[in-house]
Amino acid sequence: MALRDKQGRPLVAVTGMGVVTSIGQGKDETWAALTAGRSGIHRIERFPTEGLRTTIAGTIDSVKVEPFCAPMLSERLAMLAAEEAVGQSGLAPTDFPGALFIAVPPVEMEWPQREVLAEASGETGDVTYKDLLKAAATGRFKAWHDLFIFGTVADRVADRFGTRGSPISLSTACSSGATAIQLGVEAIRRGEADAALCIGTDGSVNPESLIRFSLLSALSTQNENPEAASKPFSKNRDGFVMGEGGAALVLENAEKAKARGAKILGYVLGCGEKGDGFHRTRSSPDGSPAIAAINQALADAGVSPNDIDTINAHGTSTPENDKMEAMSCTAVFGERMASLPISSNKSMIGHTLTAAGAVEAVMSLLTLSTGRIPPTINYHVPDPAIPLDVVPNVARDAKVDFVLSNSFGFGGQNTCLVFGAEPKGA
Amino acid sequence: MRDVVITGVGLVSSAGEGLEAHLAALSGGAPRTDAETFAPHPVHPVAPLEWDRQIAKKSDQRQMEAWQKLGCYAAGLALDAAKAKDDAALKGRMQLIVAAGGGERDYAVDGQILTGLRQAENPGVFLNERLMGDLRPTLFLAQLSNLLAGNISIVHGVTGASRTFMGEESSGVDALRIARERIASGQDDIFLVGGAYNAERPDVLLIYEMGGFLWKKPYAPVRERPADGGGMILGSGACFLVLESREHAEARGVKPLASIAGVASDRSRRKPGSVEQALHGLSAQLGGKPDAVISGATGVKGITEEELAALKDIAPGAAVHATGDLVGHTMEAQAPTGVALAAGLISEGKAAEALVTSVGHWRGEGAVRLVKA
Repeated sequence: MALRDKQGRPLVAVTGMGVVTSIGQGKDETWAALTAGRSGIHRIERFPTEGLRTTIAGTIDSVKVEPFCAPMLSERLAMLAAEEAVGQSGLAPTDFPGALFIAVPPVEMEWPQREVLAEASGETGDVTYKDLLKAAATGRFKAWHDLFIFGTVADRVADRFGTRGSPISLSTACSSGATAIQLGVEAIRRGEADAALCIGTDGSVNPESLIRFSLLSALSTQNENPEAASKPFSKNRDGFVMGEGGAALVLENAEKAKARGAKILGYVLGCGEKGDGFHRTRSSPDGSPAIAAINQALADAGVSPNDIDTINAHGTSTPENDKMEAMSCTAVFGERMASLPISSNKSMIGHTLTAAGAVEAVMSLLTLSTGRIPPTINYHVPDPAIPLDVVPNVARDAKVDFVLSNSFGFGGQNTCLVFGAEPKGA
Repeated sequence: MRDVVITGVGLVSSAGEGLEAHLAALSGGAPRTDAETFAPHPVHPVAPLEWDRQIAKKSDQRQMEAWQKLGCYAAGLALDAAKAKDDAALKGRMQLIVAAGGGERDYAVDGQILTGLRQAENPGVFLNERLMGDLRPTLFLAQLSNLLAGNISIVHGVTGASRTFMGEESSGVDALRIARERIASGQDDIFLVGGAYNAERPDVLLIYEMGGFLWKKPYAPVRERPADGGGMILGSGACFLVLESREHAEARGVKPLASIAGVASDRSRRKPGSVEQALHGLSAQLGGKPDAVISGATGVKGITEEELAALKDIAPGAAVHATGDLVGHTMEAQAPTGVALAAGLISEGKAAEALVTSVGHWRGEGAVRLVKA
């Protein structure tokens, strides 16, 4: 088999994967739960939910960090996922031979820290930022500078695994995890590196971030039965459910990976992306950017629409996304879309936001290696406007050679990846 | 590998608007400083801008906070300068990499909540109720890091695809590095790359004040600050650059300002001497003999002296300009701003080859080498 693709670029192999979600730590546990159709969505216990419209999420409560805040949890989830991925790859655990590309949630100081500063200021009347600044000037909060700047999670992960060069922290909103993988693929194809550690992580379910999405009416308010709230592609879907997660992939130049005797878990064959200038939160009504991203990913992978055996959907369970995604897929796959399995992991783990593209990449690769397509759970009321085979409620065994994974986000972000067990024609 | 050239610069800061104004200010006196508004912290406030000139719709302006408006404005200037503004098809395939932080908060609401939390019977519930009631729903979109890119797509129609890099100063260098590599390798033809920063915000001052990084005396040039404790003065501003392959620029009939010969960046666990060592390493990687240096030195003690020492060896005899002495420290926009100035000097024949440095206030070192186009 040629170890270059049809465009003469190095093939990009996946040699290690790690994941942590609300349904499991590690890919075995997560995959078992995912294919059993188990939901990780539950009532939020991390903070009081009185007064909120949404009181459920797929938080990861078993991972403890101190002080508890989004960057700390996101860092820990990234570390856990990367330990598993690098461990599986067989590469040196502290001397990773390539760059780090990591999708991290935007960070900022959180309320517990603001409260501590307000208290430390000694101000007993109205508190303003002047008081917080006064408290900051005492020098007692030096560690919080490092904690709440944007590059810190990446820096710590880079330090831990000994990745090479300047690590790249990135955000393309809800397609960030896919973009991290795309950056790694590109670096290997350009020959800049023989390996890349690509991570998506998000541990940002806190009151303010939940309220921000809630105020945009993006979240499901079906709180009564948390496990049933996320229902992608169903007629009665009413928004996404926030989830937490971390996923890591070790990508390698396939030739180098084979030469060192690494086990190849699959290939990232193609990446596609397209911007959308229509609206800050909504997609172009004609779906053209998503369609362009899918087509670009297929072309980049050297496959045709007919080669795709299943789609790992973005499938957020918002009325808007699922309609747009169904329409865009139908535009690309035509009549075949009525029978082409498309399932949403988010029905079980919620929307892991910054991590989603990476988490779902790992699930797509496990679909390839096991021949099992995870279900879209909670699918009891089909939406007649978007007739799809969503692999309803029960996992399905099938021969899967190529998977398309979609990721779409606020700000006109559309990123699609194609994974294969082998390159086409191998 | 293909040559990568700069064909458009969009620059706004306390020194004004446009590359020419900034090049003129390079030989001028002290930068414009506001010592009162955030006393004891001086900041370099952005010059007043007529937003309508680059962000036509008021509704778009209302959807953005200052850092996004600055970035959108500078992006528009860059597109104009590169003669790309009116070419919808070109912008439809133009790639975008933005170096961004994020945030901006409703400072009044934050203060009221902090005041109320002290007395609240149930603080968690109080916080929920106030945030649900008092946060503007659209504020979130003005906080999200990738929404500067999103706004540039909406306002200017740059819709190839966008990626947002985060991570303070390093993100600006790496945005340039990745864009350059993608063009050089033939993956893409044309990019809009840059960053924006609003320093006139108590929440960002708070972060850097916690770390002890801020200069709290009247303005002094960055090289003079370490002797007096050191520190940075944040500056509001934005810089975007249009990068493209030489062939692509020629085919469009656009004259390049300069060529980006190389971008190098790295990180290490810092210890005394590591910045100086890193700059030597990056310079060796880039090669060349710069006759002008645009330094991104922050004024922070230790790393500023190390950078100046390294520059003496790397570029002996070269004129050294500090962006900190022109526009202040613009964080994610620091490296793009330095590259814009270097391109301007080369384009005006005032330098044959330039080195731009970007040493992060806390981590990350980067350097860019520019030569005549």
